[in-house]
Amino acid sequence: MTDADAGRDIDTTEPGRAWTFGDDIDTDQIIPSRFLVSSDPAELGEHAFNDLRPEFAPNVSDGDFVVGGHNFGSGSSREHAPLSLLGAGIDGVVAQSFARIFFRNGINLGLPVLICPDADRIEDGDAISLRLAEGAVINHTADERYDADPLPEFLQTLVDRGGLEPYTRAKLGTE
Amino acid sequence: MTGKTISEKLLSEKSGDDVRAGDYVEAEVDVMMTHDVTGPLTFEVFEDVTGDDPELVDPDNTVITIDHHAPADGVEAANNHNIVREFADEYGAQQYDVGDGICHQLLVEEGFVSPGDLVIGADSHSTTFGGVGGFGTGVGSTDLGTTLATGELWFRVPETLRFEVEGDLPDGVYAKDLILKFIGDVGFDGCTYKTAEYGGSAVEELPIHERLVLSNMAIEMGGKAGIVAPDERTVDFLEAQTGERPEIPAYTRPDDGAEYEAVHSYRAESLSPQVSTPSNPENAVPVDEVVGTEIDQLFVGTCTNGRYEDIRVVADIIEGERLAPDTRMVVVPASRSVYKQMMDTGVMETFVDAGAIVQSAGCGSCFGTHQGVLGDGDVCLATANRNFPGREGSMTSEVYLASPATVGASALYGEITDPREVELNRYDDYVLEGVGA
Repeated sequence: MTDADAGRDIDTTEPGRAWTFGDDIDTDQIIPSRFLVSSDPAELGEHAFNDLRPEFAPNVSDGDFVVGGHNFGSGSSREHAPLSLLGAGIDGVVAQSFARIFFRNGINLGLPVLICPDADRIEDGDAISLRLAEGAVINHTADERYDADPLPEFLQTLVDRGGLEPYTRAKLGTE
Repeated sequence: MTGKTISEKLLSEKSGDDVRAGDYVEAEVDVMMTHDVTGPLTFEVFEDVTGDDPELVDPDNTVITIDHHAPADGVEAANNHNIVREFADEYGAQQYDVGDGICHQLLVEEGFVSPGDLVIGADSHSTTFGGVGGFGTGVGSTDLGTTLATGELWFRVPETLRFEVEGDLPDGVYAKDLILKFIGDVGFDGCTYKTAEYGGSAVEELPIHERLVLSNMAIEMGGKAGIVAPDERTVDFLEAQTGERPEIPAYTRPDDGAEYEAVHSYRAESLSPQVSTPSNPENAVPVDEVVGTEIDQLFVGTCTNGRYEDIRVVADIIEGERLAPDTRMVVVPASRSVYKQMMDTGVMETFVDAGAIVQSAGCGSCFGTHQGVLGDGDVCLATANRNFPGREGSMTSEVYLASPATVGASALYGEITDPREVELNRYDDYVLEGVGA
């Protein structure tokens, strides 16, 4: 799976609507268990935040962003969670901190994930964009800029190569 | 230079690099596991990266289980089961079917994990394998699908939090109470990106089935792994399961002077039974703070506490009694072996006579889709590992987490009950009976 599987290009520098969530949003909240019978990003996207925030899926647009508090994506390892966000049209997730498996799934899938201590300053509905390489979040609505943690070198290499799948194909010579 | 933690030594060994916490490595993986939920996505990745010549790098150590939607609770789930069977058949993976049991239990029972193994599973509770001295960690389907092809995966070498418990555990306090206490103390994300190393005399005295509980729930504080250094008991246990006695590699013991991010020390005698209140495992409180909370359903099972010894503790309490009026109890053994042992020892009859429901082995309602999901406003007391909103059904249902002893005692009264109010047993690993351990 890469961003190409979501059927669209991701451009984090284009402003998009911020959908904000609180602390400890676990992957059961992002995509409830009963929808895991599918592996299709678009189908999963129709059920993203199904129980927690039913108005999300019908109203989200391509290029929007999800903003979390601390420990975003905790709990189950289901890669269906980041995949559902890609399928819903989300171009990136900003959070004050991430749970480990969600973060690595994001990196592996090519879903931009950015750790930003000031993510709680972003209001639901604000227009934001991300600067991944330099590590910054721009809040166009509030006219503010927040520092974010740039990715460690090894992870940046993975992202630059399009995620773990292209990286592995290069290793195996199956490109 | 200070000494190294188990994680630093093990990942140095598996990567061939001399690494410390914070370094990134590509390490050789010993065992790979996925199941009926994360499997189909994993297989897509595997077939995407392997191109024209797909081949598992280590089919003997590639394990695929059918445990989450088992037996199938709908046509889509049944179709996914067939995808698992066809993949395993085509590529020669080790496959377990409906009713065989939960992935984490099967990997231990069937002897796939030895001390010092690096084990990845496309399931977050893969931390369980630290209970037999492996470095087990949960990964996503892309991680697993690529590793099936290459045998190696990237890791950040984690920092380590050490949890030390010295002394003798009092009556009514089990490994489940310890881990709920640890999670409550450091918080739901207190061990994120880190390994939890468990030690001290009380931990060393724990039977393997209880060590597995400590490791299993490391993820509930964000842990990447949860490890108990393997010892003679570990290899006795594995030998009893499989007939083969594994070695204990030197890299599974921390160095003297290993550098820990923090050490949390406890006196066993000061600990009490714990209950995690809705809707987060970190909401751990001493049981007396929630005594009297009315319960609609009791759930005994899961990869945390669905082993024979856990179920036996509950059976001993309710033997010859009936469940409290207006309560239901659902029992889901962690594996077919557990199920069989329940039949052989009369435990099955105890539950049936008490009015409980015993289901086939698998994840049960912990996955929230079947076999006893909760309705609006239902309150459940579970031996499970998670109590997030809606985890076991309705978003307005509530789940309390506790030990099998607390669940058993509460079944008699229909409300959360201090397990020290009833006569309690504590069991060594049953597979070691007669082994002289």
